[in-house]
Amino acid sequence: MPDSAGELDKATARQSGNWATGTGRVARHSVGLALFVSELSVLYRRRRTWAMLAALAAVPILIAVAVRVTNSTRQSGRGPQFLDQITQNGLFVAVTALVVSIPLFLPLTVGVVAGDTIAGEASHGTLRYLLVAPAGRVRLLIVKYVGAAAFCVCATLVVVVTGVGIGLALFPVGPVTLLSGDTIGFSESIVRLLLITAFVTVSLLGLSAIGLFISTLTDVPVGAMAATIVLSVVSQVLGALPQLDWLHPWLFSHYWLSFADLLRQPIAWESFGANALLQLGYIAVFGALAYGRFLTRDVLS
Amino acid sequence: MSAEPPGPWPGDVTRSAGDLAIETRGLTKRFGHQAAVDQIDLAVPRGSVFGFLGPNGSGKTTTIRMLLGLASASSGQIRVLGSEMPSEFHDVLPRVGALVEGPAFYPFLSGAANLHRLDTADRQAPSATRDARVAESLERVGLAHAAGKRVGAYSLGMKQRLGIANAILRPRELLMLDEPTNGLDPQGTREVRSLIRSLSGDGTTVFVSSHLLAEIEQICTHAAVMSTGRLVAQGTIDQLRSRGETRVRVRTPDLPSARVVLGSLGLSVDEVARERGEQIRSGEDEFVTAAVGVLDVRAEDIVAALVAGGVRVRGFVVDEGSLEDQFVALTGEGFDVAG
Repeated sequence: MPDSAGELDKATARQSGNWATGTGRVARHSVGLALFVSELSVLYRRRRTWAMLAALAAVPILIAVAVRVTNSTRQSGRGPQFLDQITQNGLFVAVTALVVSIPLFLPLTVGVVAGDTIAGEASHGTLRYLLVAPAGRVRLLIVKYVGAAAFCVCATLVVVVTGVGIGLALFPVGPVTLLSGDTIGFSESIVRLLLITAFVTVSLLGLSAIGLFISTLTDVPVGAMAATIVLSVVSQVLGALPQLDWLHPWLFSHYWLSFADLLRQPIAWESFGANALLQLGYIAVFGALAYGRFLTRDVLS
Repeated sequence: MSAEPPGPWPGDVTRSAGDLAIETRGLTKRFGHQAAVDQIDLAVPRGSVFGFLGPNGSGKTTTIRMLLGLASASSGQIRVLGSEMPSEFHDVLPRVGALVEGPAFYPFLSGAANLHRLDTADRQAPSATRDARVAESLERVGLAHAAGKRVGAYSLGMKQRLGIANAILRPRELLMLDEPTNGLDPQGTREVRSLIRSLSGDGTTVFVSSHLLAEIEQICTHAAVMSTGRLVAQGTIDQLRSRGETRVRVRTPDLPSARVVLGSLGLSVDEVARERGEQIRSGEDEFVTAAVGVLDVRAEDIVAALVAGGVRVRGFVVDEGSLEDQFVALTGEGFDVAG
């Protein structure tokens, strides 16, 4: 209904040529989808974005090739979780790649995208033109955050899809043995991989919100990116100190490696729920901070 | 402000708000203790081409940022196109095209893609006509040939044109152009002037800031002058010009009698002729200049008196004073000196 009414108004506006009043009614129906599509197209027309995705895709490829060319039967028990299962089942390349990527590579790329959201526009000077257009500050902030979240999905998917692809190419694929000892078939294991993708994506949303907030504080995108990435490292370091046990459940990186719970039978959903709640908390807090900062800020860049 | 009665706009009794495209009352912006913009009352009539003049650093851009809602005012009120800014920005800004402190674009996108991007930010801009409007806008500023080229490879002048193209993506009621001729060659400057003329001819109010008076003097109907954060003059170009002194300049071989006649009419004759880009002496002729001052003497009467006094008048010029002189007097410095 809103769409058809919008189309109608656009048509009226074109016919009458009365922009001031005709398009004013369109505004009430428009949700800003065009700006979001444009946001994604700007993001994916940057070479930097593709370089980061290529680097993420290289992780599973490196793992798979390394396991394939070295003695493929040796099971040392060292190295990242799930590494030893790769030779029996190629799908574990994707899982191992996530284990390797989530402490650094994924937060790095997410930090770059989230840190760039507002500060990047400010440094190009395009922030003032977006606001004068007028994009509306709240709307721009939301579009920017949703864009960063879309990148989280994309980055995780790149690791998983490349991992599955190279795993299928280099290793046998059969029933997957879960952590609980049960065995599931191929299609069931793809479903589990998608669940893991969702889990990891959700895990990165809190960090994205922090990046968005830091990005509203500065006109220097590199500073915002670096600060976001540093925070992700600090959070993990704090998470590794047993003395700070009380703090651990509050760290946004607390559940980052808990996606293994999705490889049990039945699935242990508790960590999924707890993680989602924790990330929502971070989104609420840092979203509010970003809102408070960005709404009152003088755009002088 | 608080003492004013609640109403649409204090002081509206004398004039309906519809007359003015931009109106500010006591607009002030302080950075720390320093007032970058100090209590300015701008009044930009609808349909005018309004020159906003002042040296670099006099507060022009800060004022424009406040008018567009980019920066908040420390105190004072702003009304643009009849609505309060910044509270009613979604109503005002779609009707305003702006070029603020130079053009700014994504260097990795083409000119057309940049315009496309900025147009999506305006939720009132109809997507159905977007491509056509982008193409038309690029055509209008002479960038159609470079539409697909990355902006990173544009020259400063091309970026400036693209900035103007962005401002006119949709028909606007008001254009705010901050230093629109920066980085343009003389030909580009002429093109911008003629573009402004044609937009103004369509009924658009154009608010154009510059530190180079000569560039906009010829197209403006109104002007305001800023100096160190204050508005030191405002009015029509003729009003501003008439603040200057009218002088007459006589070319004659009979210098002494010319001086006597001019003096007897009450004009204050200069000891040495004021030079205006010409030499003081031309062949056997010499020049004498005199200020008319507040006298109500008509030029033809001065000439008649000179001829009657036996002065061989070989040239007679009435010089109403240049705007430039006015502005230098008002701002206390040349126009390209940082204030």
